[in-house]
Amino acid sequence: MIKSQISPRSEDFAQNRAAMQAQMDVVQHAAEHALQGGNERSKERHLSRGKMLPRDRVQALLDPGSPFLEVGLFAAHGLYGGDIPASGAIAGVGRVAGRDVMVLANDATVKGGTYYPMTVKKHLRAQEIAAENHLPCIYLVDSGGANLPNQDEVFPDRDHFGRIFFNQANMSARGIPQIAVVMGSCTAGGAYVPAMSDETIIVRGQGTIFLAGPPLVKAATGETVTAEELGGGELHARTSGVADHLAEDDAHALQIARRIVSNLGTQPKATITRTTPEAPAYDPAEIMGIVPADPKKPYDIREIIARTVDGSRFDEFKSQFGETLVCGFAHVHGIPVGIIANNGVLFSESAVKGAHFVELCSQRGIPLVFLQNITGFMVGKAAEAGGIARHGAKLVTAVSTTSVPKITMLVGGSYGAGNYGMAGRAYSPRFLWTWPNSRISVMGGEQAAKTLAQVKRSAMEKRGEVWSDEDEAAFRKPTEEMFEEQSHPLYASARLWDDGIIDPTKTRDVLGLSLSTTLNAPIEETRFGLFRM
Amino acid sequence: MIKKILIANRGEIACRVIRTARELGIETVAVYSDADLNAMHVELADQAVHIGAAPVGESYLLGDRIIDAAKRTGADAIHPGYGFLSENPDFVDAVAKAGLIFIGPSADAIRAMGLKDKAKALMEKAGVPVVPGYHGDNQDANFLAKQANEIGYPVLIKARAGGGGKGMRLVEKPADFANALASAQREAQSSFGDPACLIEKFIQNPRHIEMQVMGDAHGNVIHLFERDCSMQRRHQKVIEEAPAPDMPEDVRQAMGAAAVAAAKAVNYQGAGTVEFIVDGSGPLRPDGFWFMEMNTRLQVEHPVTEEITGFDLVAMQIAVAEGQALPVTQDQITATGHAFEVRLYAEDPSNGFLPATGTLDILVFPTADNGVRVDTGVRQGDVISPHYDPMIAKLIVTGPNRNAALLKMSKALEELVVHGCVTNRAFLSALVIDADFAAGRVDTGLIDRKGADLTARPDPTAQTLALAALAAVRPADAEDPFANFRLWGAARQVVTFEGDPNISIFVETIASETNVTTPLGEVTFSAVLRNGPELWVEENGVKSRAIVHKTGHGVLVQTAGHDRFFKFFDPSASASSGKAGALTAPMPGNVIAVVAKAGDSVSEGDRLLVMEAMKMEHAITAAQDGVIAEMLVSEGDQVEQGALLVRMQEDE
Repeated sequence: MIKSQISPRSEDFAQNRAAMQAQMDVVQHAAEHALQGGNERSKERHLSRGKMLPRDRVQALLDPGSPFLEVGLFAAHGLYGGDIPASGAIAGVGRVAGRDVMVLANDATVKGGTYYPMTVKKHLRAQEIAAENHLPCIYLVDSGGANLPNQDEVFPDRDHFGRIFFNQANMSARGIPQIAVVMGSCTAGGAYVPAMSDETIIVRGQGTIFLAGPPLVKAATGETVTAEELGGGELHARTSGVADHLAEDDAHALQIARRIVSNLGTQPKATITRTTPEAPAYDPAEIMGIVPADPKKPYDIREIIARTVDGSRFDEFKSQFGETLVCGFAHVHGIPVGIIANNGVLFSESAVKGAHFVELCSQRGIPLVFLQNITGFMVGKAAEAGGIARHGAKLVTAVSTTSVPKITMLVGGSYGAGNYGMAGRAYSPRFLWTWPNSRISVMGGEQAAKTLAQVKRSAMEKRGEVWSDEDEAAFRKPTEEMFEEQSHPLYASARLWDDGIIDPTKTRDVLGLSLSTTLNAPIEETRFGLFRM
Repeated sequence: MIKKILIANRGEIACRVIRTARELGIETVAVYSDADLNAMHVELADQAVHIGAAPVGESYLLGDRIIDAAKRTGADAIHPGYGFLSENPDFVDAVAKAGLIFIGPSADAIRAMGLKDKAKALMEKAGVPVVPGYHGDNQDANFLAKQANEIGYPVLIKARAGGGGKGMRLVEKPADFANALASAQREAQSSFGDPACLIEKFIQNPRHIEMQVMGDAHGNVIHLFERDCSMQRRHQKVIEEAPAPDMPEDVRQAMGAAAVAAAKAVNYQGAGTVEFIVDGSGPLRPDGFWFMEMNTRLQVEHPVTEEITGFDLVAMQIAVAEGQALPVTQDQITATGHAFEVRLYAEDPSNGFLPATGTLDILVFPTADNGVRVDTGVRQGDVISPHYDPMIAKLIVTGPNRNAALLKMSKALEELVVHGCVTNRAFLSALVIDADFAAGRVDTGLIDRKGADLTARPDPTAQTLALAALAAVRPADAEDPFANFRLWGAARQVVTFEGDPNISIFVETIASETNVTTPLGEVTFSAVLRNGPELWVEENGVKSRAIVHKTGHGVLVQTAGHDRFFKFFDPSASASSGKAGALTAPMPGNVIAVVAKAGDSVSEGDRLLVMEAMKMEHAITAAQDGVIAEMLVSEGDQVEQGALLVRMQEDE
């Protein structure tokens, strides 16, 4: 069991907590905005049509009292003029009829639920989570389709709109159920969401499915039709066969969706022995006062682990070797995990130790949790000569090719190749969460500005020019500012570089839910790539 | 010496008899129908014999089979309980003929008291006061109407062979007489196979006070004081108590003497009850009571007498059946304290007390000690079926005086948790705190006069709605560490209960605080703690307990005075019912008359058919104007609650 060295009564603790709270407040504010959805006027209009608000729809679909692990809440934060809350869609892992599912709901109160580039990215990310973790997908469709002013960024590329249907077909092929509930418009490309689903529900007098709406039809053929005649529930349930179930209203449609899920049958899951969950010996709420107010000040990552794992019990591996990378076994909500956590810059020894530990977990089928707080790999003559690139590559290879589920949590910095070795987004962790104090960029802003200034100064000195300190500072400032803005977790989460920013005190629960979601898919046997020896 | 008793009954009374037999070291044999295979009385008895199908006519009323069961199991006596064959003289004869002991009076005594008119004549002869009336054979409607005029209105029409309020009608004025008579005769015919009725003067502010008597084979008859059963609803007893409130000793003596005289007039042996109607318009008088009838069996309400006298009436019944002399003489009997009994029924007080059926998902009785006694024949999980009397249990409390006992009863009713079918628990709770009842101002009309107040379902409060919603959103797994987990913000759950309009309630949970938004206002609970069907909530620093139970269909919220079941709104049910008019059975029962047929044009309120359940008639009327598309039942059909009866044509 970890023995904490932190005193919640210390002055440091209070200062740290205040600093973390300030970071939290910024994120909290953004979260509230995102949860709000569209403006009051669009919500009233939505409700006046007898429709339920999208969050109420999701809630009514889920089992009472069950958790909802939302992904991409901060998507599009600050983008497109800042008025596309949650990118106009709700995505997350919820429980329906006792079964984990991926829910994706359009928010028609936000620009008619149209797809902005981040909406598409979020939809695809939700599908990716569903595919990796074998989660049935339930699409609550209420969308005008692609956002036309942004068509160049939502339509043509591989990971654009068309990929949604490609994913539906391929998930269906893998036996991952696809269910669509058409609760509003479902126009043009969007029409394929229900059409590509295994089972589709449409709400009478409310849901419409057509490739081209009445105005386009009028323009193209001169035919005058109402939306209901063209693609309403009656038509699709009775005549076209595009929908399988006709619902009277939203509540009825969601009830049918729940029935469909209850009839899905069972699928193989991960065979993992869960132990009886046990609360940590230290209060997770104390995490708020552990991370130093000054991000440059180091702290022992075990203090976080102690407030995350069952009984604060952590069986550390190679504790005397490569000490800047802490590795060990623990349980989170009864689920066995291997934890890999940064405790300083990565040296060759730490990288090799990490690779070894990934091998252990892969062989044993134990999921991995990465706690990232990393400035990068060690640099310098000695490090290079010691083959740090070769040893770092071992860790990156292990992390890239292991088949056990990986969950990554950014609890501090995520810089440079450290991000790679610690299962950054490019390494497809099943989930990637961040703390409000986390920062992500190729390197620190100060460091980047210094590097650029150094290059410039060398060139100038070569030309015999003089560069005053004031001029250099002025040169460095915009770079530092740019890095500061772009490394902020809200900037990152708005672009879906992660699945969301979390309240650090909920770390244990977020990990528990993420891990338990991954167990819906069997854990395949790992085949590692070549380790450069 | 009786060594083995067969109990020709079921439910609580069978269990009651088994309990005493067991204490006396006597073996017991239960009989059971198809419906009672796993019933409590079968489980408690030493042996059990299957006697037929669920309907009483195919099992519990089949004397031959019961006697056969007694012979096969070597029982030497039969205890009839109450109801069923308990007052059937032919059965008593058959039991004797089979060489078995009938634990009860002689067939002659039963016959003598069975027909009310003859019994009254007999009582008049014995010097027992009787109510003025016509008890003769002439059943001509005009003749009876003339008799009624002579007796003077208001009058009471009663089935001659009846009991328990069946076939009984109160007529206030001559114009109503003919209809009431026809209805009473029809009910008498269906209940007793004899349409004959008698007419009596109706006594104002009447109280129902009865004397418990016990006779032996040696000519001794004692009484064990009175019970007041004035708290009645449609002539069915609801609360019984002993002694009667404000009973002067001289009236008690006079009534006791009259009861003993009545019993002696028919050479009564065993336990019996002489019922008197008492003028309650002023203080009770020795000349202010009249003989109504004698029940020649153990009464449902016998426990209150046991509680105040300390005697086990079943043990006494067995002793005298064995031929023993009564163990006590009149002057050795004393009464101590005050006892109440309430009858917990599966019935819907807010819907005309219609009998209900269902599975008792929850049945938790108050702790049976400290003067609280529970006589029951069912356990949690048992079914209240349409085949038998829907009584669930009798709650009996005893205290040093009337007020103390009443307080205890109120608390016991609060602690009682029952769910699965509609019950009269809340009605009883309201009744025991009624000011007039609490003050002892009782008469048989009290419940009917206050009916609306006692059965009113007050509109739910925001607090009640909030509690129902809390139970509704309770996670399937109460221990789920991820219950209501959200990354940011509160889980905002919506619950929709059926109503007009539907009631949507939002429940938001952040950490330990729960905000509930109901159409009636907001309620904030600072903590919600759960423990089985009990919900502990903290509001404004005060923790309190509520009984809230969730089933697949809705949520029961039980507070001291009210049971309220909030039915989950089922979107698919409303979707399928559409506009087509259809009438369903409001209760399980028999179709006794079909008045309309397919193709008939009917107006809202027209009688379409008549159902009968628990010997009560209930007319099914058109809910709207229209044309009958199909009549789905015919006379004599047995239907379940909710069964489709009539389909109306769809308006195009």
